[in-house]
Amino acid sequence: MKKLYQTMLAGAFLAVAAVPAYAQQYSGPPLKLGVLSDMSGLYADLSGPGSVIAAKLAIEDFGAAAKGMKVEVIGGDHQNKADVGASIARQWYDQDGVDVILDVPNSAVALAVNDITKEKNKIFLNSGAASSDLTGSKCTPNTIHWAYDTWMLANGTGKALVKQGGDTWFFLTADYAFGYALERDTSAVVQKEGGKVAGSVRVPLNTQDFSSFLLQAQASKAKVIGLANAGGDTTNSIKGAAEFGITKAGQKLAGLLVDINDVHALGLPVAQGLTFTDGWYWDTNDDTRKFAERFSKLNNGKYPGKIHAGVYSSVYHYLKAVYAINAKADGATVVKKMKELPTEDSVMGKGTVRVDGRQIHPVYLVEVKKPEESKKPWDYYKILTTIPADEAFRPLKDGGCSLVN
Amino acid sequence: MSAHAGTTASSSAAAPLSWKPFAVLAIFLIIGPSLIYPVFLMKALCFALFACAFNILLGFTGLLSFGHAAFLGMASYVSAHAAKVWGLTPELAILFGTAIAMVLGLVIGMLTIRSRGIYFSNITLAFAQMVFFFCLQAKFTGGEDGIQSVARGRLFGLISLQSDMVMYAFVAVIFFLSFLLIYRIIHSPFGQVLRAVRENEARATSLGYKVEHYKLAAFVLSATLVGLAGAVKALVFQLASLTDVSWQMSGEVVLMTLLGGVGTIFGPAVGALVIVSMENYLAELGSWVTVIQGVIFVLCVMFFRRGIVGTLMDLWSKRNAH
Amino acid sequence: MIEIFGISSQALFGQLLIGLINGAFYAMLSLGLAVIFGMLNIINFCHGALYMIGAFVAWMLLNWLGIGYWWALLISPIITGALGVVIERLFLQRLRDLDHLYGLLLTFGLALILEGVFRQNFGASGLPYRIPPELTGGTNLGFMFLPNYRAWVIVLSLFVCLGTWFAIEYTRLGSYLRAATENPALVQAFGVNVSRMITLTYGFGVALAAIAGVLAAPIYQVSPLMGSNIIIVVFAVVVIGGMGSILGSIVTGFGLGIAEGLTKVFYPEASSTVIFVIMAIVLLIRPSGLFGKGA
Repeated sequence: MKKLYQTMLAGAFLAVAAVPAYAQQYSGPPLKLGVLSDMSGLYADLSGPGSVIAAKLAIEDFGAAAKGMKVEVIGGDHQNKADVGASIARQWYDQDGVDVILDVPNSAVALAVNDITKEKNKIFLNSGAASSDLTGSKCTPNTIHWAYDTWMLANGTGKALVKQGGDTWFFLTADYAFGYALERDTSAVVQKEGGKVAGSVRVPLNTQDFSSFLLQAQASKAKVIGLANAGGDTTNSIKGAAEFGITKAGQKLAGLLVDINDVHALGLPVAQGLTFTDGWYWDTNDDTRKFAERFSKLNNGKYPGKIHAGVYSSVYHYLKAVYAINAKADGATVVKKMKELPTEDSVMGKGTVRVDGRQIHPVYLVEVKKPEESKKPWDYYKILTTIPADEAFRPLKDGGCSLVN
Repeated sequence: MSAHAGTTASSSAAAPLSWKPFAVLAIFLIIGPSLIYPVFLMKALCFALFACAFNILLGFTGLLSFGHAAFLGMASYVSAHAAKVWGLTPELAILFGTAIAMVLGLVIGMLTIRSRGIYFSNITLAFAQMVFFFCLQAKFTGGEDGIQSVARGRLFGLISLQSDMVMYAFVAVIFFLSFLLIYRIIHSPFGQVLRAVRENEARATSLGYKVEHYKLAAFVLSATLVGLAGAVKALVFQLASLTDVSWQMSGEVVLMTLLGGVGTIFGPAVGALVIVSMENYLAELGSWVTVIQGVIFVLCVMFFRRGIVGTLMDLWSKRNAH
Repeated sequence: MIEIFGISSQALFGQLLIGLINGAFYAMLSLGLAVIFGMLNIINFCHGALYMIGAFVAWMLLNWLGIGYWWALLISPIITGALGVVIERLFLQRLRDLDHLYGLLLTFGLALILEGVFRQNFGASGLPYRIPPELTGGTNLGFMFLPNYRAWVIVLSLFVCLGTWFAIEYTRLGSYLRAATENPALVQAFGVNVSRMITLTYGFGVALAAIAGVLAAPIYQVSPLMGSNIIIVVFAVVVIGGMGSILGSIVTGFGLGIAEGLTKVFYPEASSTVIFVIMAIVLLIRPSGLFGKGA
């Protein structure tokens, strides 16, 4: 059953090739990475099969084969169900010899994998889930969070917009823990920067029609409408705002969790002008462009987003740490090594992994281009500011992680 | 639906209690974990119990509830909360979750049991959606994150369930006993009345049975056992989430029962095993899993209305007849 | 400005109007379900999937063949309706003599298949479909800004709903239909091909879903999941209205849209649940729904 998939998507047994004389030969055990993702549901486009591709590219670029490292990648579909994800994770660790679990979009599944990974002393390199609890109250010595999190999104967008004069906010908040967290974190930043929150409305998950809530936002006369939601809810609220002329009338939309795939799904005519923070953009330098080109060829022409870049970077860094240890080691030991070494690769650039498991790197505040400004496929973002790594993420002491001190 | 599905089942009901299937089941439960990954097996057993308990209502009383996820999910949340926050021992946490499912079953049952046919399906769905809403809103359920890192704890305060094999033994015993209980109930005078209600409600009424009382009792019983399955599931996976209260879960259990054989005792368990295996081992196929499930649904309705076990039983009795 | 519970009456008008627009979708979809239920005694669980296909056909016509919105509004229901006819002939026809729960289960299976296939081919995040240029922009009504497209949705759906109701209640064909529901054997004896009539009725119900799909395409993302999000609510609408009641489904559809709209103002968290609360209450008081004819 698994074989089919491995040959189709993953199958990355890399043979031990001729080794240049100067390279240190790896003598540790073979490695197995499991990409646990949403392969067919809501998050399939922004992580899913693309994450498997990203992991394979990282192994290739690290030159694992030439260094004598045998690395295998397998994929699994958690279907956004925590119990399905948990049973795959357990089976991977107990039976299939998986060393590392990657990606895991959907916070409920990620928190379950976080627990199991600690219990089995393996490694969880998360880049799919947004919850900043993974490096806060729920942090473990076995988990590292790549790419982005809720705090970073809220902070980047909130701060920048208040500075631009968007000092009154109204929130459309998805009615569950994730939405509350986004609203809470953003409100805190807005108020700290001297802005005011005019109100908020809690919207049930998977609401089809946002026009009623958008009218409430309009009536509040707030300058900024914060979209504390994700996926289909975000795209539907953006569409509604365009249709009801809310953005034209001068209110600004701030997406608190938007991926480049959402922008692609909406199309520029609708998405234009939307401002948000993103953990990565493909069109920033020659290396990222080259990566995007390779990636899109393998991914039906779809470009990589922050989660894909995060998977790439985390795999690359993991291999670096294992190569440095060069022996059999348990999960916590490898993670410790990963925290000692600075991260550097051609896709995510330079960064570090903090003691709480947060990988930090510069992030971007972006605005979606107007259709006439877009010159090539997936040319969607205008980068307004680059937020430096040490400002982009939550300060160590504020997270409540037990590993700090 | 039952009027067409249940003829063989009712004839087999008259047969004396047979111990053979239980011997087979016991052997399967004992050697199972050496062949199959125990966590997966526990999951399959939980769903098997879910489907068998659901079948008390569909297969033996003729009521199609489209809201049984409410009992599964609610019990799962309650026992997870009891074990994690109140620190109850696992058997107490499970009992508590099951008891809540029973109370919920009684309340929803009293309100819905008079509806018939499609109206019954719809009104149970309506209540299940309200339970879903409650679980999404209530503080203790943790919203879409669910209740995570629930400790399995020590059975009776003594035996640690942390090891998968010990947990498996515990789950297998619960499953075996529940299964025995369902079998006993179906073959009791009470079970006979239920079947009479299913075949012809008016006749049962005219015979002097308080049909609604019997239906309600079956509903509560079904809800309680479904709750047991949910409570155990929460401890097995050490989490409770919205998946188990969503209406898709109510649909899934219909699929399991239909596939295995409505109105057969072992059928739903077999159906559950097949569906759970598909979800687990075909997971890499992505959306195709849904398509395959749909195809199975259609095939069952079109050609195998008696399900896997029902069809096998038919073949068996045909062969014996010759 | 007059205020009701802290909400200005102007804002309330806006919310009511929006509720009415959403109700238009409920009405169109539940009308199709009611027509199908009345004639075939089947709860068409794949109605949501067919609504989704209606929207996708419009998208394909535009992106693959360059055929725009207005033609799609005509062609998509025909194509989707034809698909419905095939479904009826291939599957449902063989289930006619069985308990109608089998029809529900079969169509549930079909919904899984159709959705899975589209998800596999188009991904889950959905595709954009632009509002036709004739209907972009909007009108300022004083109390709110009404996009022209939404106005069009309300006009067209009212037209379709009332037209269907009129056709069934007051035309010759409609009277055959109603008679065949009551006593198919008798109608057959009069020389009407009842079997064909049932098939065409199903096709027509499906076409109604497809019209709703095309109408929805420019407002919502054209996504494989759009059907499963709405179908459960539409069921509730049909049940509240009284299964099989044509007028009941139309009135309830619009009415519940408004009820939902009001909930969105006063208790937004419950707006996705309020319909089920109403359904439970209605069924407890009137087991056969508001417009149903006795259980």
